[in-house]
Amino acid sequence: MTRSVSRPLWLLALAGLAAIGLSVSVGSVGVGLSDLLAVLAGQGTDLQQTLILDLRLPRTLAAFATGGLLAVAGALMQVLLRNPLADPYVLGLSGGAAVGALLAMLAGVGGMLVSGSAFAGALLATFLVFGLAHGTGSWTPSRLLLTGVVVAAGWGAIITLILAVSPAQRLPGMLYWLMGDVSYARSPAPALLLLLGACFLVVPLGRSLNVLARGPLQAAVLGVSVRPLEWLVYIVASLLTATAVTTAGSIGFVGLVVPHMLRLVFGNDQRLILPACALAGGTLLVLADTLARVVIAPEQLPVGVITALLGVPTFLYLLYRSR
Amino acid sequence: MRALHTRELVIDIPDRADGSPLGLTVAPGQMWGVLGPNGAGKTTLLHTLAGLRPPRHGQVYLGDQPLADLRRRLVSQQLGLVFQERQDGFPATVLETALIGRHPWLSPWQMESGEDLASARAALEQLDVGHLADRLVNTLSGGERQRVAIATVLTQNPSLWLLDEPTNHLDLHHQVAVMQLLKSLASAGRAVFMCLHDLNLAARWCDHILLLYPSGDACWGPADHMLVPEALESLYGQKLITVEADGAPVFVPARSGMD
Repeated sequence: MTRSVSRPLWLLALAGLAAIGLSVSVGSVGVGLSDLLAVLAGQGTDLQQTLILDLRLPRTLAAFATGGLLAVAGALMQVLLRNPLADPYVLGLSGGAAVGALLAMLAGVGGMLVSGSAFAGALLATFLVFGLAHGTGSWTPSRLLLTGVVVAAGWGAIITLILAVSPAQRLPGMLYWLMGDVSYARSPAPALLLLLGACFLVVPLGRSLNVLARGPLQAAVLGVSVRPLEWLVYIVASLLTATAVTTAGSIGFVGLVVPHMLRLVFGNDQRLILPACALAGGTLLVLADTLARVVIAPEQLPVGVITALLGVPTFLYLLYRSR
Repeated sequence: MRALHTRELVIDIPDRADGSPLGLTVAPGQMWGVLGPNGAGKTTLLHTLAGLRPPRHGQVYLGDQPLADLRRRLVSQQLGLVFQERQDGFPATVLETALIGRHPWLSPWQMESGEDLASARAALEQLDVGHLADRLVNTLSGGERQRVAIATVLTQNPSLWLLDEPTNHLDLHHQVAVMQLLKSLASAGRAVFMCLHDLNLAARWCDHILLLYPSGDACWGPADHMLVPEALESLYGQKLITVEADGAPVFVPARSGMD
């Protein structure tokens, strides 16, 4: 809590910009830095304009927003559940979204309906877990966690069932969705705006969250209204995750690994960690998506595979190095 | 500062009769000790007084206002609590832990100032853990953690101190140092209300005593009225031998027990 907050954020913001620049330059047709700047200034050829502004930039921004949403949601869930293993999906939200999306795909509809169905599934999963965990009394983090894990297992069974009964030609699309794929992303604006709004909402709450991370009784004695804060965190984290899942399917590891990596480097001040998560999560997913596009071009990999392949060893290395 | 009152207070311990309702006043300058056997409800009483759990009946007042009607932030500016059990969430350093004591005093956008940092460091020095400032709390010994917890409340600087077994895990010297610190806080106009296991620390340092029986009965008053061997023997179900040393009674458990 004693370190300066702004410098790490500036560095991460620069890294994010560099990653976005790289991502829109690299691909089947390379674009140099000078051409890129020209296009952004409104010049350049029509081909370059279309390539960058209509094709690559929306996808890159969608990847950035998704990564940022997932990382912020993961950091919030970890504080809410006071469990370092929590991630945005731990309460079964991605399972609900996946069932929604797969059912839409099974019905043969596409585009917006898949997204809408996924979003509805995510919200249903959220309310289901919260209602069940609430039960007849009050909920505790461990009860919420257990309920979430069990409900997630239930969603998993339904997903397997849907995959088993689906016609073969629909399976690749479904699997890509399950592994997370930014190429579904259409308009990045809602996700980006939500990310920005969430940052402005949670950063002033950062110190209260720091206190909450020490346990609810300690937080209450230090003047935090624990129950309203926990509700707010739960709702915000669910909304962020639902939006991320709707934008790009269930991309794993970003929400677990990014907050932890940042904590290992910067300490655990949520006022720094939450905005840093937005930037670093976005950067990571932009880089992963760039790799996913170019590794076996012209074919594409699902970006969730890349985040896992990048995230797991990096995380293990940092953990091994830490005190 | 404002005194802490209870009116007809019955703490909520499941499956226990109401016993005697508490009508205490903890006034500035007083140093209260709560004595009672295991399970008598000492911790529950402290948590109820801090507003962390609702009472079964009656109310707690801070000054003339019911505690339950006050905003938590306002309460936390006047009332601090040293817990018996540490809840460990995420790893944090000793300095960060002490610094959260400033939380009640800062607005949401405000960062801790150099002044806040200085007060946290001073509190750590006062509890003799200043040299551990950069260590992670979960790597400390039990006694060191206890002192960090007290330093956190010292940083919070409330006028009313509630403490749950503040001498737990402390060696003899640090037990005395903590009691001296609390005594000096009381002399400076703060109020101290603590649960203690050690009768002799209570006899030595407290001016008011509350005896809490497992049945829910209670009696309270000035220390010299309360610390009589008969009352204490029935409280603990243990025969005691009383001797006088250094101007205070010292209670020693008799070898034979009580039959």
